[in-house]
Amino acid sequence: MKYKIDFQTYSDALKTNRLLGLKCTSCGAVTCPPKMVCQECAGTEQETIELSGKGEIKTFTTTYIASLGRQVEVPYTVIMVALEEGPWISGNLNEMDPKKVTMDIIGRKVTLGHKVFPGDLYSSNEAARPVFSFC
Amino acid sequence: MRRVAVIGGGHTRFVTHSPNTSLELLAEASMDAIANSNISPKDIQAINCGNVLGEFTDGQGMIQSYLADDIGCNHVPATRFEGACATGTIAVRDAAIQVAAGVYDIMLVAGVEKATAMDTPLATRTFAMFSDSRYENPAGFTFPAVFAMLCHLYASHYDIPLETLKEQMAQVSVQSHYYGARNPNAQFQKELTVEKVLNGPMVTTPLQLMDCCPFTDGAAAVILASEEMARKLTDTPVWIAGTGQASSGHLASQSRYLPRIRARELSVKQAYKMAGIGPEDVDICELHDCFSIASIIAAESLGFAEFGKAGQLWETGETKIDGKIPINISGGLKSKGHPIGATGVSQVYEVSRQLRGDLADQGRQVDGAKVGLVDTLGGDGVIVNLVLKRD
Ligand SMILES: [Zn+2]
Repeated sequence: MKYKIDFQTYSDALKTNRLLGLKCTSCGAVTCPPKMVCQECAGTEQETIELSGKGEIKTFTTTYIASLGRQVEVPYTVIMVALEEGPWISGNLNEMDPKKVTMDIIGRKVTLGHKVFPGDLYSSNEAARPVFSFC
Repeated sequence: MRRVAVIGGGHTRFVTHSPNTSLELLAEASMDAIANSNISPKDIQAINCGNVLGEFTDGQGMIQSYLADDIGCNHVPATRFEGACATGTIAVRDAAIQVAAGVYDIMLVAGVEKATAMDTPLATRTFAMFSDSRYENPAGFTFPAVFAMLCHLYASHYDIPLETLKEQMAQVSVQSHYYGARNPNAQFQKELTVEKVLNGPMVTTPLQLMDCCPFTDGAAAVILASEEMARKLTDTPVWIAGTGQASSGHLASQSRYLPRIRARELSVKQAYKMAGIGPEDVDICELHDCFSIASIIAAESLGFAEFGKAGQLWETGETKIDGKIPINISGGLKSKGHPIGATGVSQVYEVSRQLRGDLADQGRQVDGAKVGLVDTLGGDGVIVNLVLKRD
């Protein structure tokens, strides 16, 4: 069985600031990032949709100790966002000095952009990743 | 299904920068386990081996086969398990199932890691491999970052001021070091203070260095036997009375339940049900304290506190040796150390010794402990729980 949206397709769309997901024709749930089957009911009948890319910050961290090859990026802020359509996705936060980020950002509305992680010795490909800005 | 017992174990000291190879550490712990189980290598019918990062740390794959050969368990089936930090417990659970099913009568389960053979950036990279490589790692996920996000989410979800939560988390680390200082196998045998925890360098907000377990080298091994064999070999068998295991996807996909870890609740429920007990029956628990906040979240999923309230267990000393639910009297991952392929086996070893009453000399014996719980988390997705019981 083929993926309806494989990672390459998701990543290519994200590079144009479009966030792809799947809407289940059985239960109506939205799965984003996409999977083989519906996140809620494991159904396989799903249609590709484009999400709004808007949501609300649920949690975050500002990282000071990075993985090999990523040390030049510190400090950086990783966030989890609850999208308007329901699912949560992970990404980074733009616009704010990572050192100044506190719990006050939880609940702030954000909108999607992207950056491309070029990959490293241990990754199979480059990967677009969500980078959010405050609305 | 047959009853299965832990009949003995072995444990290297957990250290930073071991001079030995992973295979040597694994063989040392295994031979000690074999010797104190009153058997010889030829009695071992199969080996389950836990090792996660051997390719990175020693340039060694297929370590299980070399272990079998090095300790004279010639040509027995040897299988390697990988479940990130839960690897060792998965290997124990699988062996317990095989012995219970009658496939084997005596099995060796041994786990090892030599994480400090890697420098911190590489070690951080390899541990980040237990996040989703497509949807998490590109954003710069590290393992501490996952728990840091859970920590902020926990504070926000339960409306606990971050300062209050951080004080409770510091108590978790202080207690771990208190008992680790009394455990001759522990990596850090030195006590801590709350001030020292709260003044440590920031790893990833809000987690400071002393909220985080270390990278560790070390190995642990246990011998599992069928009831018939166990009765012949020891007067103090420790029964694997219940087991549970569950999986989950990347962190954001768990949003419906967070900061609760659904997989843990499912896993421990299986283990409690199989053992016919509840959380109130547990006398000693070794749980997966990879980060201070992880202990608090785990204690709630395991049923030792209401959701949002487990920090109070450490604050009030209920997790100490004479408290309501003694937790991580070994020093836990934080102070005893966390050689990931060995961690679960080490937890089983430690709880078995508590149930046999072996730890009085070290001042760490929970008096009259009869029922123990092991809890091991791999990444934020793989969970294994084991209930151990003595007669
Ligand atoms: Zn569905």
